[in-house]
Formats: sequence, structure tokens, C-alpha cells
Amino acid sequence: MPSTSPPAPPTPLLAIQAVGKDYTATVLDGVNLELFAGEVLALTGENGAGKSTLSKILCGLEQATRGGMLLDGQAYAPASRRDAERHGVRMVMQELGLVPTLTVAENLLMGRLPHRMGWLNRDALHTAARAQLAKIGMGSIDPATPVSQLGIGQQQMVEIARNLQDDTRILVLDEPTAMLTPRETNYLFEQIAHLTARGVSIVYVSHRLEELRRIADRVAVLRDGRLVDVRPMAGMSEDDLVQRMVGRVVSDLDHRPRRPVGPVVMSAEGLGRGTVVQDVNLELRAGEIFGIAGLVGSGRTELIRLLFGADRADRGSVTLHPEFESKQPPALNGQASVATQIIATTSTTARTIARGFASPLQAIAAGVGLVTEDRKSQGLLLSQPIRINATLSDLSAVSRGGWLQRGLESRLVQGFVRTLGIRCRSAEQPVGQLSGGNQQKVVFARWLHREGRVLLLDEPTRGVDVGARAELYGELDRMASEGRALLMVSSDLRELMAMADRIGVMSAGRLVAVFERGEWSEQSLLAAAFSEPGGRADTTPSKPSPATA
Amino acid sequence: MNASATSVTPAAATSAYAWRNQLGTYLGLLAVLAGMVALFSSLSEYFWSAETFITIANEIPALAVMAVGMTFVLIIAGIDLSVGSVMALAAATSAAAILQWGWTVPAAAALALATGLVCGTITGTISVAWRLPSFIVSLGMLEAVRGSAYVVTDSRTQYVGDAISWLSAPFFGGISFAFLLAVVLVVVAQLVLSRTVFGRCVVGIGTNEEAMRLAGVDPRPIRVIVFAMTGLLAGLAGLMQSARLEAADPNAGTGMELQVIAAVVIGGTSLMGGRGSVINTAFGVLIIAVLEAGLAQVGASEPSKRIITGFVIVAAVIVDTLRQRRAKV
Repeated sequence: MPSTSPPAPPTPLLAIQAVGKDYTATVLDGVNLELFAGEVLALTGENGAGKSTLSKILCGLEQATRGGMLLDGQAYAPASRRDAERHGVRMVMQELGLVPTLTVAENLLMGRLPHRMGWLNRDALHTAARAQLAKIGMGSIDPATPVSQLGIGQQQMVEIARNLQDDTRILVLDEPTAMLTPRETNYLFEQIAHLTARGVSIVYVSHRLEELRRIADRVAVLRDGRLVDVRPMAGMSEDDLVQRMVGRVVSDLDHRPRRPVGPVVMSAEGLGRGTVVQDVNLELRAGEIFGIAGLVGSGRTELIRLLFGADRADRGSVTLHPEFESKQPPALNGQASVATQIIATTSTTARTIARGFASPLQAIAAGVGLVTEDRKSQGLLLSQPIRINATLSDLSAVSRGGWLQRGLESRLVQGFVRTLGIRCRSAEQPVGQLSGGNQQKVVFARWLHREGRVLLLDEPTRGVDVGARAELYGELDRMASEGRALLMVSSDLRELMAMADRIGVMSAGRLVAVFERGEWSEQSLLAAAFSEPGGRADTTPSKPSPATA
Repeated sequence: MNASATSVTPAAATSAYAWRNQLGTYLGLLAVLAGMVALFSSLSEYFWSAETFITIANEIPALAVMAVGMTFVLIIAGIDLSVGSVMALAAATSAAAILQWGWTVPAAAALALATGLVCGTITGTISVAWRLPSFIVSLGMLEAVRGSAYVVTDSRTQYVGDAISWLSAPFFGGISFAFLLAVVLVVVAQLVLSRTVFGRCVVGIGTNEEAMRLAGVDPRPIRVIVFAMTGLLAGLAGLMQSARLEAADPNAGTGMELQVIAAVVIGGTSLMGGRGSVINTAFGVLIIAVLEAGLAQVGASEPSKRIITGFVIVAAVIVDTLRQRRAKV
């Protein structure tokens, strides 16, 4: 974005004055911030820094307990989302607010559906919907499609389109690109440019620093509920930003050496399911991280689900190599000895399972763990405390004869809370109340609780802020150095390039390339991801198929 | 939620956190119960007497044991509408065993329990195997099992006599063995729910079944066991009922499933699954029983009794929902 910084001292469109918010603790304190017409103000900071709370206060989803706001010089204290929308302040939430069974058009125009005496006017509906979709370059979507049939990226775009209305003066975007492809992201940024040209102000909440560089005029950094810094984006380096967010220096992971090559512990041979995953061959080695790159819908998640037995493959096999069976991860005494130690404990022969594990239960019993893509709907019991979530993977370790040993369980979980640095009131706090990064740490705790040979991770840092990310990376590093084989799917290429020892790229259901550390570049990975193996087999973005029991 | 609270509080404080919530529920339900007792005592001079309470104690075991099973069913986000019918069929088979086939009383009692177990297993297995909502399956069972009860009893009330009346006869200070059994079951079931791996899985499945599956818990056998156990308890309720009435009535327990569900829901168990407590269910049973006995004592007519009961059920759930919402913030 060209940094058309606002002219000298104009009156701000919105002035946030000493706003604070207290629940049981203070989450926002004395925030003073101005938003000018037609600018993109990035709001960034770690999870729990108060970004979400501040944006919710803007949009009437929460009310400030201290301070106030002025919109166009008038006192502005929205009591509800509706109230905020009447003032032209709208928000695109991280969680999708769409009704999956209704059509795109109905979702877009919900609340103001065109009708004649109560009867839906379909033509007007579809015309209006098409116009709105065209605004964000999504004119190719048929407005009559039920939302549930769209890929998650497209759903996100519909959600954004819904909030791009003519009366919008301030648009708050909360991590809008988390699920978008680069192309969709470009459309979104173009649309943001159009909006700002019309004088609409954007509050852009994001962790993705390279995006902020492209889109933001100014950046405001929050830390622990306080505003740490506001300044023009130009002249701010990523290191500067990260340092301000975290309050400490984050080491650069990019130029690490490859981890020592361990023995193959698990492999897949010709694994496939329908057209979603086809003929995948891969080997997971002890002590290394195997990264999987690819576009949304390229079959990455589906591959992981096959490897874990969450879905059943219809062809191919999974082999557990002799090294897999050595249950004890070797002690932490120097990287070099890891591989030899594993080999030393080898006794059994390889076990090949046709069509892979029959169920997650089997996979887990064998020593394979899964960190799911969507921790809220597939990973966690949100209403249950950290303690219960952390020990689910192995209840026999915290019970005797079927009876849970609460004392033992609490002690174990408090150990995880400490080692992983989970920020919480106590281990009894429901995980639904934790920030994304801390929720993910609880999922990690589950697989520390159940030590296994292989851990599959699907977008482990999605919705996790920079500081917590660094902590999760450290944890992955540690698990690898203990001899686990990690397979990690990520949409963030930089993350994969920093963490992985090998990167496999998926496209249209196939593993089209595998790069060794040092062989790859951002360009070569992207080129592989956009390649189309064997013609155009399947171009519609597919959603994870429903679980088959 | 926020960044300022970083450290972990010690174990003592953590259980206090969970306890406060729990204790609040107990006190709330206890207050409702005490209020109702006080109200009826002021309205009727006969209500506040040992006799009233013994009567109540001896009437509730059947309702209580079925409510114990139903609590588990609701926690896994299921529902079992067939418990009233199963109760009748279990009573009917045991009566037939004693009267027609000349079985001994223990054998007939075992048959009643087995009948309940089989019915519950069928409901659970069908709904799990074909992934059908338990509402539908148990609705079908409600009809089919009721029909079977008519077949077994030849559509007539079968008088068993005092063969098994010891189960509900006054035993200790006027209290029946059935009542003691119900109390023991409530306590044991609560412990199973809160202290065992099985109970943990039940709550987990009700909260997020897919997450449990991906964490390595197969939800299917657990679902079947919950329904089987509920059937077994309905069978026990059938025994208790026929012991008290000395007869097996094919119409017994008609509509009782709703009373059972009401008791569980008054106790704060969520119909959406994932949340519930057997102790609270016991409070729910007591509230319903006291309400019924009290209204009878003050001379309320049957229609007005039902109208008032209906309002009480909804009011109790409103209060519980508001309380839960407040606890969440």
C-alpha cells in the first residue's frame, strides 16, 4: 500500500480515549488511539495482548469499563453489534458467522432480504449478491450455492463481502487472511485499497508481519493490555515489530542446520482416498520435521487424516518400521547418539497395515498423535478445564483400575502448564477461555502426556501470535531432538522453511515434490504447489470429508 | 483470556475454583427444596410430619434410579424416551415368571433386570450402529416395548402378591430397602461420573465427540453402555414399582419418561450434553416428589397440579440457565 499518511493534524474519525476493560483481571488499560479517515491502521500484538478485546469494544461486542470513544467528535459507546453497525462500524470476525445451510446470497443479505409482502424476491436477491461478490473479485461464485459447499477460504471471502456495505465507515478485520490463498489475499487487499480511497478506515488485526508491511499505513502494538507503540509502518522492520510485541528478541530460525538423519519410523506407500489424496509415498524419520506445503484444498489435511486413521484410505498402506516399536524415546544426550540408540533397541520387524490405521484409536495405541487443524471443533473440549483436556490422550496413565487419580493428574498437568508456559488462572480453567496460543499449548500437552513415535501436526500455529509461536517452535524442536518424527502441515512457507528438515509439496491430492533442507527456495516451493499433476483432476477446493467411523 | 495472569495457582486453590461453582448449584437446589417444604408446611398443617416424608421417600426410588441412568444419557447428548415402557415390561416379565412359569423370586428379579438391560442395549446399539438420533430410536422402543408389556401381561394387571414386597416394605424407621438402594446408586453413579475413566469419557463425548475420537477414545461402546445401563436401571425401577404395588400393570410408567427427564433437567443437566451431575438429579427428583406430595396435601386438583408442575419445571431451568451464564463470564 502506498503510505498516504494523513495530512498534518486533521480531526480523527475515531478517537479512543483512555479505554480500559476489566474482567476479573485488567485486559485493557489506558489505551489512547486515533483512527483517521481512509487509513489502514494495523493492530498487532501477542495473543492476550488485548487486540481482540479492543476491536470488540469498537464494534459493540464488548463494552469498555473505563474511558470512552469519540466518533466524528460525538461520544460513541455502542451497546451492541447492531448499534455499532448503525454508526457504520463493522467487523469481520475470525470465526465465521455464516449459516452453512443457507445460500451465499441469503447469507450476504441476511437481515435485509429483498421481498414482496414476505415472499423472497430471488432475482433481486441474486442480483444484489452478485454485485456484492464482484466487489471483492469473487464474481465467479454462484450466489445460489449453499455456503457449506464452499471451501473455507471462499467462506471467509463471503464473510468479508457481507461487511463491505456502502454505509461502512470503519471496517475491523480480525485475522482476515488466516484461511485465504495468496490470490484471495490479493483480491482482499485490492478491495481494501478501494475502500480507503473512498475514505473508509480499516482496523487490521493480524499477526502476519509481512502482510502488515503490504497493507498498513500505521501500526499500533499492544502488549499486556497496554499500547506500546503507534507509528507509521514505513521504516519499521519486522525485527522492530516483533521486539515491540514480545518485549524481547526472537532468534532467527532461518539458517539452522539440518537435524541429524534418523532411521525411517513410519512410511506410506501409495496411500490414497478417492481423488482427494492420490498415490502418496513418504517416509517419516526419527528426529526430524517433515513439512507439508500446498494450497488449501490440495489434500494436506486429508493426507494427515489418512495417516492417523481418522479417515480410512481406500488404497495403499502404512508401514511401521522396526524403529517405530521402540517405545522409549532416547534420552536427551547429544544429537549424534539419537539415531544409533534407536537402532540399538530395534528388534521386531516392519509391520505393514493395508489402507492405514482403521481408527485414531489404533494409531494412538501404536504411538501416533495428531494436532488437528481446527482445535476448537476437533481438538478440544472447550467447556472443560485444561486438566481434562491435557490427559485425554492417555487416561490409563492417570487412573488405577478405572478410577482417576485426581492428585496425580493435577500434578502432571501442572507440570505441563509450567514447562509449556500455558497462561491461565489455573489448570481448572476451561480451555475455551484461553487465547489461541495457549489452547494450542494444551493440545501439545496432550501429546507430551502420551509420548509416541510420530506426531502429525496440521497448521499448528494458526491463530497463534508471534511470541507464542516461538514457544511452540521451541517445543517442536525439543520433541524432534528427543527422537520423535514430526510431520507438519502449514500454509506459512516461512514457518516451514524455518522449521522443517524436508518439505513435501502437495498439489491436487498428490505429493508432487520433496525438497531437502538447503535445496528449496520460496519460489521452488510455490512453483510446486501451483503445478498441476496429471492435468486438471480436481480443481474445486475440497473440504475435509466427514469422519467415517 | 488475558495476559496478566500467568502463574499457576496451587492445587488447593484450583479445586476451590471448581468447588465454588458446584457448591452454588447444591445450595441453589437445596434452597428451592427448602422453600417448597416451608411453603407446603405453611399451607397444610399435615405436611410437616414424618409420615409425609416417609411416604415421599418410599415413592421416589423408581423415579430416582431411572433419573440416574437418564443423567448419563443426557450428558452424552442423547435421550431415552423408552424408560417408562421398559419399566413396565420388566415388571411384567418378572410377574409372568413368578405367576406362570413358577420361577423363584431371585430368578424373576434377575429376569427383570436382564429385560431392562436388553432393551437398553437394543436402543443404544441401533442408534450407534446406524448413527440415528437416540430420540427417534427410543421413541420407537417406547411403543414396541409397551406393546410387549401388553403381550406379556395379556393386557391385564398381574397381581404378584407379597412375593417381592420386601423390596419396598418399611425396613428401617419406615424407610424401605428400595430407598436405601436408590441412595446408594446415586452416590455410586456420581462417583463413577466424576472419578472414573468411563465418567470422563461420558462427559467428553457429550462435549465434543469428534475431539474424543481423535484423542483415541472410541465413543461407540461408551454410548451403548450408557443406554444399556439406563435400561438396566429402568428394569430395577420396574421391580421396585411392582414390589410397592404388589402388581405388574402393563400401563405402569406411561409418560414417566417425561417426569424422569424433568427431574434430570431441574437438576441442571444440559440437554445439549457435556454437563450434568447425578447428585443434582437427586435434588431434581426430590423437588418433583415434594411438589407432587405437597400439592396433593393442599388439595390441588389433578389439572392444577399438572399446570403448576409444568411451570416449576420451566422456572427451574430458567434459573439454572441464568446461573450458568453468569458463571461463564
